[in-house]
Amino acid sequence: MNDILFMMVVPFIAACLLLVTKSDKARTVIAEVAAAVIILSSIWVAYSYLGEPQTFGFHNETIDLLMFVVEVILGLVIIYLGIKHKKYAASVLGLVQLCMSLYFEFALKEGIEVENALYIDDLSIVMVLIIGIIGSLICVYAVGYMRDFQEHHRDEKDRRPWFFFLLYTFLSAMYGIVLSNDLVWMFFFWEITTLCSFALIGYTRTTEAVNNSFRQLILNLIGGIAFLTANMVLAHQYGFLDLQSLLASDSEAQWILVAVMLLCLAGIVKSAQMPFHTWLLGAMVAPTPTSALLHSSTMVKAGVFMVLKLSPLLTGNLAGYMTMTVGGLTFLLASMAAISQSNAKRVLAYSTIANLGLIVACAGVGEPEAVWAGIMLMIFHAVTKSMMFLSVGTAEHHIGSRDIEDMDGLFTRMPKLAIIMMIGIAGMFLAPFGMLISKWAALTSFVDSEYIVLIACIVFGSAVTSFYWTKWLGKLACTVSDAEDCEETVHRQEWFALGCLGVLTIALCILYPVVSSETIIPWLTETFHASGEELIPLLESNNMYIVILMAIVLVLLPLPFFGRTKKRVVPNYMAGVGIDDQSYVGSMGATVNVTLRNWYMNAWFGEDRIRKVGEAVTAVVIVALIVAAVAGVSI
Amino acid sequence: MSGTTKSPWLLHYDASSCNGCDIEVLACLTPVYDVERFGVINTGDPKQADIFLVTGAVNDQNKEVVKQLYDQMPEPKVVVAVGVCACSGGIFRDCYNILGGVDKVIPVDVYVPGCAARPESIIDGVVKGLDVLEKKRLKLREEEGKR
Amino acid sequence: MSDWIWIAMCVLFVIIGPLIGCILAGIDRKISARMQNRVGPPILQPLYDVKKFLAKEQVTPNKVQDFYVMVFLLFTIVTGAMFFAGMDLLLVIFSLTLAETFLVLAAYSSGSVYSQIGAQRELYVAMAFEPIILLMAICYYMHTGSFSVSGIIESGSMSVIPLLGVFVAFMFGLTMKLRKSPFDLSLSHHAHQDIVRGMATEFSGRTYASLEIAHWYESVMLLGMVALFFADGTWVGAAVGIVIALLAWVLEIWIDNGFARMTWQTALKSGWVVGLVLGVGNVAVLLLM
Repeated sequence: MNDILFMMVVPFIAACLLLVTKSDKARTVIAEVAAAVIILSSIWVAYSYLGEPQTFGFHNETIDLLMFVVEVILGLVIIYLGIKHKKYAASVLGLVQLCMSLYFEFALKEGIEVENALYIDDLSIVMVLIIGIIGSLICVYAVGYMRDFQEHHRDEKDRRPWFFFLLYTFLSAMYGIVLSNDLVWMFFFWEITTLCSFALIGYTRTTEAVNNSFRQLILNLIGGIAFLTANMVLAHQYGFLDLQSLLASDSEAQWILVAVMLLCLAGIVKSAQMPFHTWLLGAMVAPTPTSALLHSSTMVKAGVFMVLKLSPLLTGNLAGYMTMTVGGLTFLLASMAAISQSNAKRVLAYSTIANLGLIVACAGVGEPEAVWAGIMLMIFHAVTKSMMFLSVGTAEHHIGSRDIEDMDGLFTRMPKLAIIMMIGIAGMFLAPFGMLISKWAALTSFVDSEYIVLIACIVFGSAVTSFYWTKWLGKLACTVSDAEDCEETVHRQEWFALGCLGVLTIALCILYPVVSSETIIPWLTETFHASGEELIPLLESNNMYIVILMAIVLVLLPLPFFGRTKKRVVPNYMAGVGIDDQSYVGSMGATVNVTLRNWYMNAWFGEDRIRKVGEAVTAVVIVALIVAAVAGVSI
Repeated sequence: MSGTTKSPWLLHYDASSCNGCDIEVLACLTPVYDVERFGVINTGDPKQADIFLVTGAVNDQNKEVVKQLYDQMPEPKVVVAVGVCACSGGIFRDCYNILGGVDKVIPVDVYVPGCAARPESIIDGVVKGLDVLEKKRLKLREEEGKR
Repeated sequence: MSDWIWIAMCVLFVIIGPLIGCILAGIDRKISARMQNRVGPPILQPLYDVKKFLAKEQVTPNKVQDFYVMVFLLFTIVTGAMFFAGMDLLLVIFSLTLAETFLVLAAYSSGSVYSQIGAQRELYVAMAFEPIILLMAICYYMHTGSFSVSGIIESGSMSVIPLLGVFVAFMFGLTMKLRKSPFDLSLSHHAHQDIVRGMATEFSGRTYASLEIAHWYESVMLLGMVALFFADGTWVGAAVGIVIALLAWVLEIWIDNGFARMTWQTALKSGWVVGLVLGVGNVAVLLLM
């Protein structure tokens, strides 16, 4: 147990050290050493506890009291900041949450003892690895990135110690979420991540950043209140406050169902599902490592982790239908909205929302096969998406734009980066790479669930997904003549993080059956009391071998053939008046440059249009189903 | 045997013609003449064309265009000048901006006279061009063999 | 059926598939010509075209296009081979998307505006078509309990009646997939209906020949998918399937000659409406049954 505590505390100690470190050199050393320790400790924990789920008795009045005090202080801070920035909604929600916390602490929690505050099982191990490895790689990347960032924003005060403090505290809080059995502890860490991301989004302190950070805060406070309400319901009705008792209870019982729905609601908010998805879009104003951290490895994954954890309680009941519908619709609508975006980070944000939607929908189905797909999606998404965010960040610093239109011919200008991006994009939607395998499993399990809305959502959603990824891929693949190579100045740390993630993406595509059989299958077998054989058909079938074979072929084929043609290279056809591939002789002998833009189909998939529809429908679904559950309707 | 002579794809370029010859070129595609019988396809892409069909005389402005289109056609290729203007400049010969026939800019293999050239003679010219095409192909192959 | 038949089918497809595809393409041109009161080229004309392209001088707009086209051809063949080997339909569909993505990349990579416009159009035609083909696979699974082609055939009954909705939808989508007018937006077989040559503008020599050969394979596989609706594991079913597939080919030629090209809006809208009404409708019917 000590190793787990060590792993949880290391990031926080590093955070405190970084807070007081002013020199760039010292910061680099501390950040890199801490990252190495975090990675190693998470691997050690995974190694020692894999296949051996355990709970840990850990009772300490002081810690409970400390958590409560911190919670109250943070509540007061929220109220103060809300008033200071004239964001009264945040203050009101903060006040509500504070009052609820106080009431809960003094009136309801009395006499409820949680024996085992911490636990670890295979799903937590998957999360620990994601947080530990990908989270720390992002932190390493951040060291180089923030150096550039500070140079680009020279006139601003150097607040990097604060930035790195938040980054590393975040990791600690994430460990807390995935390892807490005590729901009160989990709630505490849940709120810490909310506040860290609030501060990270507002890092630049521009008006836009402040507005967006408050939007994040307000929406996540709603989720927090739902979480707290669920705790209160459980404490009041059943007198327990731990995850294991909850998972062992009967989901038919009315108040269990209500509590599960509220917890799912908290997860839905955290994972930026419609109608709460706008906070994640707003988070794009923050420095890139923040986006990567928020989107790929942590914050949003906490949300889907919650829903996946509760998935055994979601089979075929109102809670299941709520998560399935919200997840499915979010997948479809967010994918559509991604078409209309040209800002690379926003495309990534929408695609994140969409993929999380798919994971949430998988969890909502509540069958082992679907949950398998959900967890695989989560793993692949964490690796690939963080790589994409980091590459966009690097591209932004070197070509001066994060607009996809400006990435024309990136293949010529930043060849290595373009190839990493292309691997990432291929990994996001293309057979035979990661995401597609899980999407495939999701598709079959959706069909088995016989829920027609979900089937329609995934079918149309995946068509849309291919569209927006391929048009970006095309932009990257496009070659332009006489472009300058501007890759020289990319920092060592950036290459290191990108390279690791690239290798990890490819390795996962080829080795995922091992990951699956070592972690996910045992967890599913235990959680769903299903026999392993039920899950094997999908995994062991010839199909999977073929897919892996295809992946290997696709990885190896480029080595001898890519870019090695013996043909004569000739200029493009340009109606006979071409000067080079990008310009032609116009009238009066003028040189005219050719530019070609992508399709955005704003009239069809415009952001506002999608947002209105999505928010209305999903909000109605959530409210109606929760009201129905409270009223005692069952299906 | 290669398919070269059985699948001549045409690139048709109007240099500065009165459009009479152009209409006759298009007439070749109609059911009456149906050049597709011989595998001819009228393509718009020099990179896929074998026979460059030029109508009209070449002027100052389009000589570069003719050159570029010719250069972009992969070997073996044949140029057919269609109509008297393309052959020699025709009645436009003495205009201030006219350079003369197509052969002032690129090597021409077959001359099809007429004002306007009749579809029959255009087809005849293309067929003559096929012989040249085959010869060029063999020559090309010989050169490759030597290398 | 034993495994040997599937292996034989797969090998036959790889060897004879392009010949059949070539003849089908020749028939296409012949029938089109006859519809326009012309004589038309010889049946083997597509073969002559390809042979010519193989013999031409080899040029390329950049160093990477060749690779993309090679992967496109390879995976088109693999896709068809998997289909005729009786494998999973979803795998076939995903692999088809993979092949197509490489074609699109080849077109994009040239940097030519013409081929990029073609590539973009190819993308939204694919977006219009994908729901239809996925729903087809889903309906097969709901009806026969199997995603694999062999499982579908071995279920022992013709699927076309319960799957009438997706059958019609698939026939509609076939026009897009075969790149026939009115949905030949990305790359037309009729030279003068295109912005230069659409996606294929920068393809020449071997690259263009690869594209044609891939088309042959693709046509045979798509007609195989039409025949699958009628296959019930007996010779009668196979015969009916082949006859219907050939009729479908003629129907496509007729449509091709009867329509002018439509806009991308029409393509996308009609593809999705057909997918939603006939495809999802068919799923609903199967759920209720």
